[in-house]
Amino acid sequence: MTTGKPSAGGGVERSSYVTRFASLDDYEKGRVELINDDPRHYAFSNIFDVASRSKPWEKVAVGKNMEYVLEAVRAEGTSEWRTCAHDEFAVCLDGEVTVELVKLDSSPLPADAEGSVALAGEPQGPRMGRIFLKRGHQALLPAGSAYRFIATQTGVLMMQTIAGPDTQFRWAEICQTV
Amino acid sequence: MTIADIDVVKSADVNGEGYHEFRLGEFTFRRDEFFVYIGWPTGNHIMSADAFLRALQRDVAWDFFYGTVNFDGVFGTVNHYGTVDIFAGRFNDSYRKAELDYSENVETPRIRETFKSILEDWTNQTFDPFASPHETGSAFGLKNGANVAAITRRRVAARRMVAVPGDEEIRTDASGFPVNRMFSDVDQTEPVVEAEPGFESEVAAFNLFAYLSRSDVTWNPSVVSACKDSLFCPTTEEYILPIIHGNDRVEWFVQLSDEITWEVEDRDTGAVRSRVVMKAGDVCAMPADIRHQGYSPKRSMLLVWENGAGNLPELIASGKTPTYPVEF
Ligand SMILES: [Fe+2]
Repeated sequence: MTTGKPSAGGGVERSSYVTRFASLDDYEKGRVELINDDPRHYAFSNIFDVASRSKPWEKVAVGKNMEYVLEAVRAEGTSEWRTCAHDEFAVCLDGEVTVELVKLDSSPLPADAEGSVALAGEPQGPRMGRIFLKRGHQALLPAGSAYRFIATQTGVLMMQTIAGPDTQFRWAEICQTV
Repeated sequence: MTIADIDVVKSADVNGEGYHEFRLGEFTFRRDEFFVYIGWPTGNHIMSADAFLRALQRDVAWDFFYGTVNFDGVFGTVNHYGTVDIFAGRFNDSYRKAELDYSENVETPRIRETFKSILEDWTNQTFDPFASPHETGSAFGLKNGANVAAITRRRVAARRMVAVPGDEEIRTDASGFPVNRMFSDVDQTEPVVEAEPGFESEVAAFNLFAYLSRSDVTWNPSVVSACKDSLFCPTTEEYILPIIHGNDRVEWFVQLSDEITWEVEDRDTGAVRSRVVMKAGDVCAMPADIRHQGYSPKRSMLLVWENGAGNLPELIASGKTPTYPVEF
C-alpha cells in the first residue's frame, strides 16, 4: 500500500479509509441540483435503482451516446443464450455471475449487425469456457460467440454494447425529471 | 512536420527563479516561485503554479483531450484533432464583451512539444502533478531538479480490453502499482477464468475495481475496454479536477464508488447551470454544450464513458445532433 509523501505541514490522513460501493440492498442516489437547466438534459439515474425495478435479464438503457448504450441488467437465475456480431463487455456490480461462452458454428447475424440478439434454443459449436464474476469484475463477451449468464443470487450487470432489438428505453421512468 | 523540425521557443537563459521562459505564437509563459504569468497581445493572466502544472499535465497527457481544456476561467485549449486552438478569454463573457479575448490555431505537434517542455522545465523533483495534494510535495519555490518519470507516464489505452492476451495488462505490486492508501479495503481477487484449449485469447476477464484501486494517478481517464468507438475510460479521483472540461460531444459518467460533486457551467459563457452530486451507481450525462469541474472528497472510482467517433464534433457544432443525449 502506498503511504504518499506528506507535504510539509497540513493535517494528517486517516489510518484507514472505507470505500463506498453500492448494491441492490444498499444504494443511495445523488441528484442534479438545478440552477438554470432542465434535468432531462442529464438523464440522471442509478443502476441499482433501475435493476431493483427490472425483470430478470431485461436490458435497460441507462446511458446512450448515438448508437452506443450502457445497459443495467438485473441478474437473476439463468439468462437466455445471446449472440452479437461485435465485442460486448459485462461488468458485475453486485452479486456473483457465471458467464458461459460457446463459439458459434454459424452466426445468425451479418458481420455489421449492431447489438445482441437472443438465440433460439441451445447454441451449436465448441465450448469456449466459463468466467466467474464477482463484484467489480469485467468480462469480454467476444464477437461471434454465444453467451449466457447464471446468477444463483440476484445481482447486477452493466453492459457496454450497441442498442439492439431487446434494449429497453424507459428514460421517463428511470431518470430525474424535476 | 516531424518532431525534429519543431523548435520550442524558449529563453536562452533561466530567470532569477531558475526557470526558462517560453513563447508559442503570440503567447508568452513565465513562472516564478508561486505563479505562472501568461501574456498575449491584448492581455495578461496570472495562475497559481500548482494549478497551472496540474492542468498542463492533463492537457499534455490527454493530447488535448475531447473539446476544451480550460486551465481556469480564462486560459485553455480547444482540440481540433490535428490542430489546437490556444486561447485567452474566449469562453469568458467579460473578456468577449470587452473584445479582449484572443485565440491562435497551432499544429498539434508544435503545441504538444512546447507544452511538454514547459511541464518538464517547471516541475520540480518533489512535485507530481498527477498526484493528490496529500501524495506529493509542493509545486512552489525556486527551480529544484526535475521529475521526468512522473510527467511522462505511459497512457494506458486498451485496444480490446485489459487482461486480453497481448493487450494492456492488469496492475500488480510486481508491475509497480501498489494498492492506493484510500483503496486498501478493495477486494483484490481476480475472476476465475476457465478457457477451453484454443480459446485462451478470447476468454478473458479482470477485476476492474482492483485495477482502479492500483491507479497511481488522479483525474486521468484511460481506456480499459472498447466496443468500436464506445470507450470505457475509468479513472480515480481525489481532490479537484485540475481543469474545467468543455465538451464537444456528450460524455457520460458512472460513479463506481464513493462520491463526486460536479459544478456544471455553460460551455461558452461560464454561466452556472447546475451542481451534480453523484454517488455509487449513479449515471449522468454531461451535455455537449457545458463545461464541468469535479470535486472528490475521498479517492473515488469514476467511469468516464466516451464516444470516440471522429464525426461527432462536427455533428454537434452544425446542429445536426442535439447537445443532450436522449429525448423524453
Ligand atoms: Fe469531462
